[in-house]
Amino acid sequence: MTGVPYLSLAIWIPIVGGLLTLASGSDRNAPVARLIALVFALAGLFVALPLYSGFDTTSAAMQFVERSPWIDRFAIEYYLGVDGISMPFILLNSFITVIVVIAGWVVIEKKVAQYMAAFLIMSGLLNGIFSALDGILFYVFFESSLIPLYLIIGIWGGANRVYAALKFFLYTLLGSLLMLVAFLWLFLEAGASFDILQWHQLRIDMTAQSWIFFALLASFAVKVPMWPVHTWLPDAHVEAPTGGSVVLAAIALKLGAYGFLRFTLPIVPDAAHNFAPLMIALSLIAVVYIGFVALVQADMKKLVAYSSISHMGFVTLGFFMFNAIGVEGALVQMISHGFVSGAMFLCIGVLYDRMHSRQIADYGGVVNTMPKFAAFFMLFAMANAGLPATSGFVGEFMVILGAVQFNFWVAFLAAITLILGAAYTLWMYKRVVFGEVANEHVAALKDINGREFFFLAILAICVLAMGLFPKPITDVMHASVNQLLQHVAVGKL
Amino acid sequence: MTDIQKLYLLVPLAPLAGAILAGLFGKTIGRTAAHIVTILGVAIAFVASIYIWQDVSAGNTFEGSLYTWANAGTLRFEVGFLIDKLTVMMMLVVTFVSLMVHVYTIGYMHDDPGYQRFFSYISLFTFSMLMLVMSNNFLQLFFGWEAVGLVSYLLIGFWYTRPTAIYANLKAFLVNRVGDFGFLLGIGLIAASAGSLNYFEVFSKIPELSGYSIELFSGAPWALLSVVCICLFIGAMGKSAQVPLHVWLPDSMEGPTPISALIHAATMVTAGIFMVTRMSPLFEMSEAARSFVLVIGATTALFMGFLGIIQNDIKRVVAYSTLSQLGYMTVALGVSAYSAAVFHLMTHAFFKALLFLAAGSVIIGMHHDQDIRNMGGLWKRMPITWFTSLIGSLALIGFPFFSGFFSKDAIIEAVQLSHTPGAGYAYLCVIAGVFVTAFYSFRMYFLVFHGKERFNSNHHAGHGHDDEHGHHGPLEPHESPWVVWLPLVLLAIPSVVIGYMTIDPMLFKGWFGESVVIAEHNNVLGEMAHEFHSAAAMALHGFTSLPFFLAIAGIVVAWFFYLVKPEIPAAIRKAFGPLYTLLDNKYYFDRFNEIVFAGGARLLGRGLWKGGDQAVIDGVLVNGSARLIGGIAKLTRLIQTGHIYQYAFSIIIGVVILLWFWVRRA
Repeated sequence: MTGVPYLSLAIWIPIVGGLLTLASGSDRNAPVARLIALVFALAGLFVALPLYSGFDTTSAAMQFVERSPWIDRFAIEYYLGVDGISMPFILLNSFITVIVVIAGWVVIEKKVAQYMAAFLIMSGLLNGIFSALDGILFYVFFESSLIPLYLIIGIWGGANRVYAALKFFLYTLLGSLLMLVAFLWLFLEAGASFDILQWHQLRIDMTAQSWIFFALLASFAVKVPMWPVHTWLPDAHVEAPTGGSVVLAAIALKLGAYGFLRFTLPIVPDAAHNFAPLMIALSLIAVVYIGFVALVQADMKKLVAYSSISHMGFVTLGFFMFNAIGVEGALVQMISHGFVSGAMFLCIGVLYDRMHSRQIADYGGVVNTMPKFAAFFMLFAMANAGLPATSGFVGEFMVILGAVQFNFWVAFLAAITLILGAAYTLWMYKRVVFGEVANEHVAALKDINGREFFFLAILAICVLAMGLFPKPITDVMHASVNQLLQHVAVGKL
Repeated sequence: MTDIQKLYLLVPLAPLAGAILAGLFGKTIGRTAAHIVTILGVAIAFVASIYIWQDVSAGNTFEGSLYTWANAGTLRFEVGFLIDKLTVMMMLVVTFVSLMVHVYTIGYMHDDPGYQRFFSYISLFTFSMLMLVMSNNFLQLFFGWEAVGLVSYLLIGFWYTRPTAIYANLKAFLVNRVGDFGFLLGIGLIAASAGSLNYFEVFSKIPELSGYSIELFSGAPWALLSVVCICLFIGAMGKSAQVPLHVWLPDSMEGPTPISALIHAATMVTAGIFMVTRMSPLFEMSEAARSFVLVIGATTALFMGFLGIIQNDIKRVVAYSTLSQLGYMTVALGVSAYSAAVFHLMTHAFFKALLFLAAGSVIIGMHHDQDIRNMGGLWKRMPITWFTSLIGSLALIGFPFFSGFFSKDAIIEAVQLSHTPGAGYAYLCVIAGVFVTAFYSFRMYFLVFHGKERFNSNHHAGHGHDDEHGHHGPLEPHESPWVVWLPLVLLAIPSVVIGYMTIDPMLFKGWFGESVVIAEHNNVLGEMAHEFHSAAAMALHGFTSLPFFLAIAGIVVAWFFYLVKPEIPAAIRKAFGPLYTLLDNKYYFDRFNEIVFAGGARLLGRGLWKGGDQAVIDGVLVNGSARLIGGIAKLTRLIQTGHIYQYAFSIIIGVVILLWFWVRRA
């Protein structure tokens, strides 16, 4: 350890950058705002890289720890650190921020500075969530990250943006309040401490565990989102601007899943075991039910939103089978979903910027006018369908292997995604991209420009690299996942 | 890494390099350079395969990993090669046929704007197929398995503006996914029970695994290996188009003809046959699974053959014959005659690729009219195509001394000797299939190459066009350019001689060695070896056997029906109307899938969306609770009128009530 506070830098550089961007003022200075945003996004990514290169993969302990008192009176600390579970998400988030800034470069013409600032500030806050080891610090980051996203949907969103933004905000806020109650109970139980790692060691009786389990579930299930509290997501996605959808799908959805691993499993392991059948059932409903729902969507964004819910079902399924391959597969799925869903939304954004329609029926034969775009879209569609050699395969494959170990029929239902995922994704692809040129709007389409090519190509490389060689990612997770599973297996009664 | 290991690596990577160059830089390097780099890549792979074949024949097999793909839990996933005789035979077949198809494509796709893209795809396919056959573990097998499916999807939909093509490619992908669903579960069961995905490690655990059982339904334990094998075979049913997952293959003919030859006849569709052969140590442990394989294969062999009889599209006739021949191979797997299955795979690869490419040559000559009713008498106009087609057809029907004779006769004999449950049914199917094969093959042959020239006499009604540009004036079919006919000739040679040359070592001298494992009591090929003296003797004996007479009968009937008395087929069609309708609708498989699966899924999806998500969750729960709160707020708002006298009156009422309580308590 060199002592450089990389985590703080990863949190505060984007936030400071966001504030500076805001300071650039009105849209007359839009080019300046864009430039500041890009520089700080890149700087944020740059300071996050040492987290990977300097990471000790043999250790399950928290690394890059920073700890200092914050509010003494309530023993609240500024306490940061990452393990193999959280570290990859800081990298992913910092990376996606760069992509989002580039993707919104000239597309956003109104309130540019505010738009860029919202994304940068959110990026810092999200990094805070993944690295906070103090309950209140976590809660503050967790809640405040809602605000930028709320604004992004509410200001730069589509026609029905206010309904969507409010639905999104209320849905998630309601859950988090119950989480706060649970945190306060844990604070008292731990002898006035918000130290999350200390909470992990608490012995809690079964009744209390169940209460805490459901309080946390209320918050995390909404974020994932799990069936049946998922209906905010399609609305939010449909109304959000492209960048908002990308961050929402790539990072914000991971918060709930991360919460299960950081709080639910280690703090209330016995309740987690007890309610695992429920969680598995909800996950399988998400995979199968939502898969069928995705099939009949007429709006491309809605379709990808539903497919996100279905893919996140794999994540929660992997967690609650309590085997290493399942949990690691779920984590890999989370990262891969970050790339793939992000890329899918960017692709839809590329089309939307040109046609101002998300309806599948308005398209047809796009390949004739946009061959380069069609090639990228094909790759991401295949990744979304879980084709081997793309990142989309790795997590699904591991979770299915884990599910077979757990129970054949669980695996059977989960594996239906192989058919459904291909059906809804490729059917959409067929209707949008293949065929004769459908109308004069499609005939007038121009293929992707250099900027679009750049961000799609980078994501394409990520998707392929992770599919062909996921070892660097799985190796990071081993120690932490194994320790977590041992911890969970012991129980606290 | 030793030199020979570098050579192993070169075999798949050379075509991959060609695919990348032609695919990403096709526009820059131009058409000629695109076909040069891809052909060079495949040619390198072919030459290297020959070298490796000699090395392996000398006894140098290899098994080892290239790199670790990932570690997860206790499992270690690797990418690596297993190079033994089975692998090297597949490598030779794949690279040789691929090379022929690459050369042929120069002529066939000459005018197509997607020229470079096409070359890129077929080289990518060659890479994927090689990775599949060279794999030493289930993960990489699955990689190759899906990758060939992807390329098949891309190539069936190569002409992406055609509605039929993009319907067919989606269908092909989804039906294959149904198979992969089973395949993946099989792999999962192996990983869960054996703790490894490496072939050899799994095989070494068989004694242990054979004792396990799995209770899929409570109270009914099944042998684990039977479940594993059936799951794996479901994957093979998708890829190798066995009933009822065969429905994608006939439609795949929407793709350009060269890929019908390479992917949908010679190589990809045989991946399932290869896979089961590779897994022979597992399949030998489960008679139930083999019996399942046998019945599925036999059904495919006969009933898909029937469909070939009534097709009028030249490619579809060959496609149904491919289905039927894949059925024969599957039957061989079912009776533990793995070597015979792979042997037939090899001979079939040559003669079926030949027949497809010849069909393509005819299609070029006919200016992309594919209806055999519009052809006739082409033998003198396209002599090379005619003669090579005749060779291909004779090989297909199993005429003695041709390659198909040896492989097909071996399968029929093996079925006759087998005791696997279902062998009796299978024998009837394969023996009847001989007649059917000969009949539809020579029906096509006579209609295309003999009889009157029909292409200018009647107007082409409803002909299957293969491209956009029409033609004007009388049609004068002539022989195709050398890049088209040379591959035909080069494929015709092995179609004649390869069976004669290799039957003895491959089937009876144990050339495959350790690659194929057969339990002693199932060893039908071993029994046949006692009877076998030489290939020549077998072929001579073939002239007096039942299959020969059935094949000749098929040819004669086809000749009589279609050259001598062409009015007979129409009369028969009229007489057996319902039967004809059944065949014409392909036993209604497509209709059934369309309504039950595709329609059902959409209906279910719409129901869950409108009913579940919108009505119940959003309507009642989410917006319902919002409405409830809004409603309460509306009620309470009525009280907050802002009139001071109302508030004062409320205060008085309150005070009175309080007083009343106070008085009562006192």
